[in-house]
Amino acid sequence: MTRPVKVVVRDVSHTYRDRSGQSVEALAGVTFTVEAEELVAVVGPSGCGKSTLLNMLAGLLSPSAGGVGFEGDLPAGRPPTAMVFQEFALFPWRTVQANVEFGLEEAGLATPERRAIARRFIELTGLVGFEGKYPHQLSGGMRQRVGIARALAVDPAVLLMDEPFSALDAQTRQLMQEELLAIWERTRKTILYVTHNIHEAVWMADRVVVLSRRPGRVLEIVPVELKRPRTEAMLGQAGFVGAVERIWALIKSQAREALRESVA
Amino acid sequence: MRLPAAAGARVLERREHPVARVVGLAGLLVLWELVTRTGWVPPLFLPSPLGVLAAGVEMVQSGELLTHVATSLGRILLGFGLGALGGVAVGLAVGVFSLAEAVGTPLIAATFPIPKIALLPLLILWLGIGEASKVAVITLGVFFPMAINTYAGVRHADPLLLRAAVSFGAGRWSLVRKVMLPSALPMIFAGLKLGAGTSLLLLVAAEMIAAASGIGFLVLHAQNLMETTKLMVGIVLLSLLGVCSHWLLTRLERAVIPWRADA
Repeated sequence: MTRPVKVVVRDVSHTYRDRSGQSVEALAGVTFTVEAEELVAVVGPSGCGKSTLLNMLAGLLSPSAGGVGFEGDLPAGRPPTAMVFQEFALFPWRTVQANVEFGLEEAGLATPERRAIARRFIELTGLVGFEGKYPHQLSGGMRQRVGIARALAVDPAVLLMDEPFSALDAQTRQLMQEELLAIWERTRKTILYVTHNIHEAVWMADRVVVLSRRPGRVLEIVPVELKRPRTEAMLGQAGFVGAVERIWALIKSQAREALRESVA
Repeated sequence: MRLPAAAGARVLERREHPVARVVGLAGLLVLWELVTRTGWVPPLFLPSPLGVLAAGVEMVQSGELLTHVATSLGRILLGFGLGALGGVAVGLAVGVFSLAEAVGTPLIAATFPIPKIALLPLLILWLGIGEASKVAVITLGVFFPMAINTYAGVRHADPLLLRAAVSFGAGRWSLVRKVMLPSALPMIFAGLKLGAGTSLLLLVAAEMIAAASGIGFLVLHAQNLMETTKLMVGIVLLSLLGVCSHWLLTRLERAVIPWRADA
């Protein structure tokens, strides 16, 4: 019996040096978990160390203190995480097909196998007919579909999403959120979703981790009492509005301070 | 004061003038022909374009031109190829490995400003007066722009793409092959075009200093014999070589870099 993989962030702090050599504390004692098949959002004012946290989980950065890890049984050959980037980070010299296959190539899969897997996720993300296009030929929404397909293709235990839709216009963002939820319904992927958009966080997530401004600490973990599948009708329900108001109340003064700081 | 909408559009617009492109070039040739026909300028100083064309055809028929072109092409292709390969290899190494960067950049900065033609006498001393010294000077001339451009291209690889590749499990070699090299390709092609011009220049110079055949030799030899028409054939040939190499490289660039939005 294999235990499903969950994300464990335990008492994580991170300090880095900026260009003038001063040390900046990005995260201070952050603790939370993401259970298997759970969709957890992380929100916070700008500069709360959200991206630092994701980079640690992606293995691109080591925490200065504390531990970031995964509990459970990870089948051999499956990566613990894959990342969807805010600015898409697609390889401009690769077609849609080749971008989706990138992680599979690095995992050492043979060509026919790669094709078949990529095909599945190209279908899942609605990219059929665009396989031979280059990223510059696609709209922002389509590019991020490629980003999502590329990440899902390697079958990560946890999907990390770094403000995946914030570079998109408001209408496209709304549609992409719905699509991501639909994909989640079909794949039941564990997702850690970083965003600065409270509505987005509440509408998508099972729980919302609210971080303070720098150094980021967990202010509260707000559970979202909404059934799945989520529908647009829920946007007016008390469970939705209550969670949004609760989070905004937590963040508001912090965001105001962050705003003043960036002006100065 | 604000411009009316239509006037604003006219200021921003840039027209193509396809006829003017042809007329300009043809006009120059016609003017040149007229100037020589009327006898204003003696043919010894400026032969007529038709005369140059006739001399060119004659030299092709006699096989004289083919020998010179083949010799020159051989030198330039070998020198260009060696210089480009070496430059890309060194540029990649210096861009990828911090140790190679520490050793390589001051070396390149110190040797790059030397006009390569000044090294020809030294190269002749080392390699003899034969083909090797001519090929070597072209190789050197192409090597530097290629190494510097490749290095710059690698170092300007988007850090986001590097991070993305690593997050998907790419190792160092994968990173070089699948991210840094494709990132550097536009710069590499800019270097190739620059190198093509430089190699033509060095070819002619080397052939003028020490050669018994080649286009540079043809030009200098014709001048010695006061055969200005043959001299002009050589110059036209060089201009054609320059245009052709640029055209070829542009075509190649479009084929190799199909993802560029402006290509």
